[in-house]
Amino acid sequence: MNRMAETASGRLTAAHVLEYPYRRSVGPVMGAFFTGLTERRLLGVRARDGRVLVPPVEYDPESGESIGEMIEVGPGGVVTTWAWVEKPRAKHPLDRPFAWALVRLDGAGSAMLHAVDAGSAAAMRTGMRVRPRWKAEPEGNIHDIVCFEPERA
Amino acid sequence: MPSRDVAIVGFAQSASVRREASRNEVEMLMPILQEAKRQAGLRGRDIGVTVSGSCDYLAGQPFAFVSALDAVGAWPPIVESHVEMDGAWALYEAWVKLQTGEADSALVYAFGKSSMGDLPEVLTIQLDPYTTAPLWPDAVSLAALQARAYLEKTGTSERDLAEVAFRSRRAAAANPKAQVRTSADAETLLATPYLVSPLRAHDCPPISDGCAAIVLACGDAVKKSAMTPVWIRGIDHRIEAHALGVRDLTTSPSTKLAGEKAGVGKGRVDLAELHAPFTHQELILREALGLGAGVDVNPSGGALAANPMMVAGLVRIGEAAARLAGGAGKRAVAHATSGPCLQQNLVCVLERD
Repeated sequence: MNRMAETASGRLTAAHVLEYPYRRSVGPVMGAFFTGLTERRLLGVRARDGRVLVPPVEYDPESGESIGEMIEVGPGGVVTTWAWVEKPRAKHPLDRPFAWALVRLDGAGSAMLHAVDAGSAAAMRTGMRVRPRWKAEPEGNIHDIVCFEPERA
Repeated sequence: MPSRDVAIVGFAQSASVRREASRNEVEMLMPILQEAKRQAGLRGRDIGVTVSGSCDYLAGQPFAFVSALDAVGAWPPIVESHVEMDGAWALYEAWVKLQTGEADSALVYAFGKSSMGDLPEVLTIQLDPYTTAPLWPDAVSLAALQARAYLEKTGTSERDLAEVAFRSRRAAAANPKAQVRTSADAETLLATPYLVSPLRAHDCPPISDGCAAIVLACGDAVKKSAMTPVWIRGIDHRIEAHALGVRDLTTSPSTKLAGEKAGVGKGRVDLAELHAPFTHQELILREALGLGAGVDVNPSGGALAANPMMVAGLVRIGEAAARLAGGAGKRAVAHATSGPCLQQNLVCVLERD
């Protein structure tokens, strides 16, 4: 991957590219979740205590047993806690002030982290309803949800 | 609980600074290791086992911790181990090793130069790599989610959080190793803008470079100590689920369980050093450990005044031990945390004779 180039001054330079040159499988549970995103469906997994966990995990968080029964949830949900970012960092999902939130999707027993595009902190409150804003052409990763947005009646 | 009584017989720490510009990790560690061993009355070849704690992500290169061994002197070959964790967990491994009877003394050290990268983003890499880390939530944002959940559930106010910061910084004024050693009063702190709401700058730890070392001993090795031995009466660590949204962020069940296993409630606690990098976390930890108003919490100023990554947990144990050795009390609780929002917690009960 190193492309040598000679600059006008005669100095040789090369780009240093740090990468993993292999593909990895995300497995049957995360794979189902990401495939669901390409269809704009949100899938969770049923834990041993009956809760539906979203995002799903392969192992029960309490007992460590394998789990894998997929259940569709959402797409709407409730904010269980939030934090307002006035000055987004370069890598944050939105480039304008936004809220991080834990969102418990309808039918889920756990909450997922994502951004909420609410305009201002005054528009945020715990318990508010939100829904996902989907990417135009989902690719099967978490960025298929651009962010959540307040659900209006 | 333990079959062998293990004592802390030496503790040394560097000053915590925002940026250690001129010295590398080995140069930072050398005088600290020498001081800890001097207190213990042990020389390098007397040490039975050496365990370190650090994080390669801070240096940005794999196996970065190996180079730090130059500070120990690994020739002739030594018995040595490393945890990619706070040094408090290195101390736990050393304690287990002493329990096996294979060694009578242990050198534990930890180091972290947080200044070399963008720390809030470096910490993001420890999150779930599929659904969480790609969104790049930084460490302060995650703590803010926990803070709001805690404030809304308990009715604690942002002013209460400012009081925690004020008290920590005021205590740190007497600690020459601390980094943030002055503070405006809570009223003035509350007038500052949010960093990530509901957290302001004073609710968050400073970014710190630093290192620390503790020497453990049992049996005859304790008798060589120049420091008053402080005994580890109980030590335990517990972890919660990786996914933030599965946990109840307003309590710390892993701390509670570790505290019970370590025997916190078996006697009066004179002082506690809690590894609470964020103000609300001190309140969560106090409750989880059942520490009442009579307990002197974080007399060193705690992690809100100095937070060298991978070091601040070990420093809590060292600070608590040093204060007991100095006569500040008979029994202390030390706590260390790791992971986002108090995911993993270690509790250690210390006593002096």
